[in-house]
Amino acid sequence: MSTSLYTTRRVKNILAMAFSILATAIGLFFLVWILWETLSQGLAGLKPQLFTKITAYREEGGLANAMVGSLILNVLGILIATPIGVAAGTWLAEYSRRSRLGPTIRFLNDILLSAPSIVLGLFVYTIVVLPSKYLTNGDVTFSGLAGGIALALIALPVIVRTTDEMLRLVPGTLREAALSLGVPQWKLTMQILVRSARSGIVTGVLLALARISGETAPLLFTAFGNNFMTFNPLDKMPSLPQIIYEYTKDPSPDINTLAWAGAFVLTMFVLALSLIARFAFSRSKVSHD
Amino acid sequence: MHATASNAATGADRADESARTAKDSRNDLLFGWALKACALLVLLALVGAAASTLWLGMDAFHTFGWGFLTSAAWDPSNDQYGALVPVMGTIGTALIALVVAVPISFGIALFLTEIAPQWLRGPVASAIELLAGIPSIIYGMWGLFIFAPFVAAHIKPWLMNQFSADPPDGKVSWLVQHVPGLARFFSSEYPFFGAGVLTAGLVLAVMIIPFISSVMREVFQTVPTRLKESAYALGSSTWEVVWDIVVPYTRTAVIGGVFLGLGRALGETMAVAFVLGNTFKFSWSMLETGSSIASTIANQFGEAQGLQRSALMALAFLLFVVTFIVLLIARLMLRRLATKEGR
Repeated sequence: MSTSLYTTRRVKNILAMAFSILATAIGLFFLVWILWETLSQGLAGLKPQLFTKITAYREEGGLANAMVGSLILNVLGILIATPIGVAAGTWLAEYSRRSRLGPTIRFLNDILLSAPSIVLGLFVYTIVVLPSKYLTNGDVTFSGLAGGIALALIALPVIVRTTDEMLRLVPGTLREAALSLGVPQWKLTMQILVRSARSGIVTGVLLALARISGETAPLLFTAFGNNFMTFNPLDKMPSLPQIIYEYTKDPSPDINTLAWAGAFVLTMFVLALSLIARFAFSRSKVSHD
Repeated sequence: MHATASNAATGADRADESARTAKDSRNDLLFGWALKACALLVLLALVGAAASTLWLGMDAFHTFGWGFLTSAAWDPSNDQYGALVPVMGTIGTALIALVVAVPISFGIALFLTEIAPQWLRGPVASAIELLAGIPSIIYGMWGLFIFAPFVAAHIKPWLMNQFSADPPDGKVSWLVQHVPGLARFFSSEYPFFGAGVLTAGLVLAVMIIPFISSVMREVFQTVPTRLKESAYALGSSTWEVVWDIVVPYTRTAVIGGVFLGLGRALGETMAVAFVLGNTFKFSWSMLETGSSIASTIANQFGEAQGLQRSALMALAFLLFVVTFIVLLIARLMLRRLATKEGR
C-alpha cells in the first residue's frame, strides 16, 4: 500500500514537472514564432527607400516621415516626462516620509503604470486637442505636441517608479553626512542623491522610452498622422506604430509588406533599447512590471 | 553658537551667515513644493482621465440612461448606442486570456524557481520578459496575418467538430447531444474566418504571460529557503513543496499578479483591434466575431461626431473605471505581501 502511495506521488510530481517544462516551451515557442515572422516578413520588405521616401507615395514610398515623426514624438514625450517624473519620484523617496499622501501617490502611480493607454490618449484629446480649436477658428487641431504629451503620460509612471526605487537604495549615511555639514536639503537632493542614483534613473528613462516607442493607441487621436514629412510639433504628425496600424488594415499586399518592414524596424529598435537598459546598467536592478 | 565658535567672527560675517540660512530654508521650502506639485500630477492624470471621459460621455449616459449598459444596439446610422457587445467582448477576451495564461505562467514561474538548473534560469527569464517588450501593434499584426489563419485552419475546425451543433464534418458529437447549451458557445456564422473572440483572447494570453509569470516568479522567490528545505527534509517531492508550501505562502500576491494581467488584458487595444472582427451583433459564441471597448474606440473615434463620440467616451469611462478597480485589487494584494516581508 505504501508503495502505491509512493508511486502516485512520484507520478504526480513527474506530471507537474512535465507540465512546467511544457509551459515554458510554449512561452518560448510564441516568442520565437512572433520574432521569426517579424524578421522574415520584415526583411522581405526592407529596401533603402524605406528610409528615404515618405508615405505619400504609398507602394512606391517608404516610411521616412513616420520614423522622423516617431523620433520627434518620443523625444517630446521623454523631455516632458523626465523632469516631472524625476521630481515626483524624488518627492516620494525623500519628502513624503511623514505624510499619508506619499504612499497614496506611490500606490496610484503603480496603477497609472498599467492604465489603458487608449483612455490616456482620450484624456489628452480632451485637454489639449479640443481646447486648441478656440485658437484656430474652430478646426480640430491634432498636433505632434498633443502626441508628445500623451506619450509623456505613459512614460511618467515608469520614471517616477524607478527614481523612487533608486533613491531609496541610496544609503542613509550619505544623507546624514551631507546634512551634518550644513548642506541644505535641496542641494543634498540635487547634487548628492540624484547624482548617486543617476545610472538607475537613466535606466528608468530608457525603459520608458522603449515603452512609448511602441505605443499606438494614444497617438491615434492626438498626433493623428500625416503622409508628409513634418518637423513642426504643432502640425499633425505621423509615427511608425500609427503608420503600421494603417498599413496593416490596408487591403493591398504591397502596403502590408511595408507594414511588416516598419514592424521589423520598430521591434528591433524597442528590443535593442530594453536590452541596453537592462544589461548596460544591470548593476542597478529594478522591477518594472 | 556662531559667536562662541571663533573670536574672529565679525558682525558682518554673522549677518551674512544668517541671511544664507534664511535663503537656504526658503529654497528648501520652494524646492519641496515644486517636487510635491510634480508628484500631484500623477494624481491629476488619473483623476483627469476619469473626469474628462465622464464629462464628454455624459451626453450618452443622459440619452440612454441605464439602458446604455444593457442594450446590444450599436448603430451609428440611427444614432443608437449600447455598451453590451463591446463590454461582453472585453470581458470575454480577457477571461479567455486569463484561463490560458494563468496555468502557463504558473508553469513558467515553477520552472524558473524550482526545476531549471541555475545556469538556465537567467536566460529563460530574460527571453520570457522579451515577450513583454514586443510592442502591442506587432502582436496585432502577427495575430491578423499569421495567427488568425492558423486558428481558422487548425483550432477552429477541431473545436467546431467537438462542440458545435453544426460541425464542418457533419457528425454532431455525443457531448453536444447530451450537454444542453454547450453548442451556443461554439457556433460560428463563418467557419473559415479566423478572427473572433477566441483568437483575440489567445493573442492577449501570449501578451500577458510575461507579466503574470514575472510577478509569480518574484513572489515565489520570497519564500524562505528554510521553509522549503524543511519540507524537502521531511521527504516532500518538488511538486508537494510548491503546492503545499510555496503556493499557500504566496497566495495573495499570486492572485495580485493574476489581477495585474487581467488589468492589462482589459485595456489592451492594438493586439485585439485586428483579430476581433469589429462586429456589433450580440452572440454567446467565442468563435464568433465581436468587438471590445478599446478596439471600438480605436476604430470609430476618428470619424465619430456628436452622440457617437459621446458614446465612445462613455465606453472609455466604463473601461477606465473597471481597469482601475481591477488594478486597485491587484496592487492591494501585492502590497500585503510586501508588508509581510517587512521590506
